[in-house]
Amino acid sequence: MKKIIAITLLVGLSFVGFGQKYLTQTGQINFYSFAEKEDITAVNNQVSSVLNTENGELAFSLLMKAFSFEKALMQEHFNEKYVESDKYPKATFKGSIIDFDAAKITDKATTVKVQGKLTIHGVTKDITTTGTLQKTSSGNIIAKASFIINLDDYNIAIPSAVKNKVSNKIEIKVNLEYEKMG
Amino acid sequence: MKKWVKILVLFFALGQVQNATAQDDLLDLLESESEPVTNYTFATFKGTKLVSGHSIETNGKGVLQFLIGHRFGRINSGISDLFGIDNATIRLGFEYGITDQLNIGFGRSSYLKTYDGTVKWKFLRQKSGAENFPFTATLVSQGFIDTTPWSDPERQNFFSSRLAYTHSLLLARKFNNYLSLQLMPAIAHRNIVPLKKDNNTIVAVGAGGSVKLTGSLRVNVEYYYIPENQIFSLVNGETVKNPLSIGVDLETGGHVFQLHLTNSRGMTEKFLLGETTGSWLNGDIHFGFNVSRVFTVKKPKEYEKI
Repeated sequence: MKKIIAITLLVGLSFVGFGQKYLTQTGQINFYSFAEKEDITAVNNQVSSVLNTENGELAFSLLMKAFSFEKALMQEHFNEKYVESDKYPKATFKGSIIDFDAAKITDKATTVKVQGKLTIHGVTKDITTTGTLQKTSSGNIIAKASFIINLDDYNIAIPSAVKNKVSNKIEIKVNLEYEKMG
Repeated sequence: MKKWVKILVLFFALGQVQNATAQDDLLDLLESESEPVTNYTFATFKGTKLVSGHSIETNGKGVLQFLIGHRFGRINSGISDLFGIDNATIRLGFEYGITDQLNIGFGRSSYLKTYDGTVKWKFLRQKSGAENFPFTATLVSQGFIDTTPWSDPERQNFFSSRLAYTHSLLLARKFNNYLSLQLMPAIAHRNIVPLKKDNNTIVAVGAGGSVKLTGSLRVNVEYYYIPENQIFSLVNGETVKNPLSIGVDLETGGHVFQLHLTNSRGMTEKFLLGETTGSWLNGDIHFGFNVSRVFTVKKPKEYEKI
């Protein structure tokens, strides 16, 4: 009987020890389109993401409708014509940090390489990018990254009438602060 | 001893399960952590006007819309008027979003030199997801001032005689990405009417719809039924008809172009309800267009956080 208790405890402990995860639901992702006639910027402050500090795996999920634009009409067009939010409400990323070592996350920003699958508009592509990780004094982890995607890779078409207003190359900036999951 | 083995097996099995769920998926974990969201329907119609009358759409907070409307004369007026091109009327209008749901507007029609003021309130929104509601409802109240010179300056004229009001309840549902329909019960009140037996307040019920053909092209229809025995007097020598308008929307970036054919001369609810005299069957059809341009006066709060 004692053995069973001990083993149960062991199993329980292994849970805690192994499942070290960090979570946020208020991460920020911005994107930038710099075109000849018009610069477009949008921000989403409701990005959820989880980082597993045991193995360096991480995932992102966001609602396309939560992107806020400078102009209300841009937001409507973005959702209606470009990313078709009713059909594809979410964008997700699932990947891992290459050669991850939790001990390297300190109060100084460390550069890491991230590889994974990005899904936008129902299309999944492999991407690789670099980012930084940094521990705060309160034990949170700040993650930052920026990379560029091509809209046509994700079957997002730009109407010819606005070719010089919307760039095919979109810069994406990620900025979030993970808290340890309780 | 056997027990030991069993427990060990169980332990490893549990470990496997635990491992499997851990990998399967951080995305699923995010899913389970997230609250269900409510999706508010957007772009039920492309313009804040269906054709001449209002649609349920409102301008976003801090957005100013400038609207230019043209109606030419009747197509059947023949070559001497170049099929109505010679007799254009124009309405210039501004609409502003105080909030996403509350708009005010101001405009002037050259037809009968009429100024109009509008308050528009979208008080129910179609939504799905965590919360559901089947349609959007918007209340539109308008006041009008006719500033044409008094027909008889000799008699005692009152300013109040220049005033008219319309109120409509717009109910619309976006059925899918291709079809939206709108129902609009309305009343129009004129402080002065030509004949004693004419009703000062008339009731009408309208129906409209929008069909999306391609990403930037839509066809819109707008019709009001005005039950009989409300208006007996003639307007410009003709009986009052039910207004029917058909139009297309062409959207480019910040502009919406609306081209239409209508039997109504005016571009506001006042003219639609009780002052429309053209007959489609006789070819009393006006060609017209609206051009709108939006300006963002105040940027959204979330956007400022960048």
